[in-house]
Amino acid sequence: MRRFADLNLRPPIEDMNKTESMVKKASELGYSLVAIPLPSNTSKEQVSQLRHLCKEEKMDFATRVTFAPRNSNELLQNLRRYRRKFEVIAVRCDTKDVARQAAKDRRVDLLQFSVTSLRKRFFDEAEAELASQALASLEIELAPLLQLTSSSRVRLLSRLRKEVATATRFHVPVTVASGATDELLMRGPHDYAALTTLFDMKLPSALGALSDNPWTIVERNRKKLSADYVAPGIRVVGKRTDA
Amino acid sequence: MLKREKRRYLALTAVCEQPPSEEAVLNAVQASVHTLFGEYGASKANLRLIKKRPEKEQIVVCCSHKALEQVRAAIASTTVIDGKAGAIHVLGVSGTLKALSKKTETN
Repeated sequence: MRRFADLNLRPPIEDMNKTESMVKKASELGYSLVAIPLPSNTSKEQVSQLRHLCKEEKMDFATRVTFAPRNSNELLQNLRRYRRKFEVIAVRCDTKDVARQAAKDRRVDLLQFSVTSLRKRFFDEAEAELASQALASLEIELAPLLQLTSSSRVRLLSRLRKEVATATRFHVPVTVASGATDELLMRGPHDYAALTTLFDMKLPSALGALSDNPWTIVERNRKKLSADYVAPGIRVVGKRTDA
Repeated sequence: MLKREKRRYLALTAVCEQPPSEEAVLNAVQASVHTLFGEYGASKANLRLIKKRPEKEQIVVCCSHKALEQVRAAIASTTVIDGKAGAIHVLGVSGTLKALSKKTETN
């Protein structure tokens, strides 16, 4: 059975009641993992509180941070500082410079682009080629698709269709997430999979983008963040203790 | 001989600021199908109300099995029910009403 994940659930974390109801809803809808974007200076207590909340609903919780750097230097600084503190790192690419740097950096998990300004969506063939050589996935948020109307939704669908085709051609994994800030914008994984057919994503790939791809990212990073990890392909399996 | 069209039955529940009527939910889904796929798509979807289950706050609709994904997409994209912000969730999908009621009871 598939384990579904929502790597971008965005409850207002300062409002614990609303966060709790959104986490509960995610569990009801059939998700087994949620990642909530946190501020980079978030406290350990807040993280453990959220982890506890998810555990009560029998769900896994992953920490996530979304950077929106102004240039590639700022991105590199952020990655150096926070990579080992969060399980998922997403980069909001608002400039081409940032988009290219994020796509080629193996520390970046998710590439996110603007949904309102389509000129700022830099996921073209060059970006896809860089991302395919690194580990970055293209993240598609579905909440804006529900909120936008008429021509802006049409334009976004058209752009997403092109991007998904490019990602498929270059074997860049696609991750579909809710991006929901409110309970009314949350949908079940099969409903999201049906929504992705609007931009010509095949149903099996859509289900993979909601389950296998996000789980792969989280499990890979958990391995890397564990104390046993040495380098890619090398980990400590046991320690010899001389008597 | 003309082949009988296969159907899919969907159990739906609505979440709204105020509990909406079953007709309002169906109208919202139909409006969404029209917005996304137009009259041609709506005619192919062949969406109909089958049953109301007011005790469970559910309705059962049916559609052509070929248009299932389009209908699900339209249901998922519904954000307004009877003029108020809301959402519609699919509780189960099945080829027969009997299997659907079994599915929704176990969920």
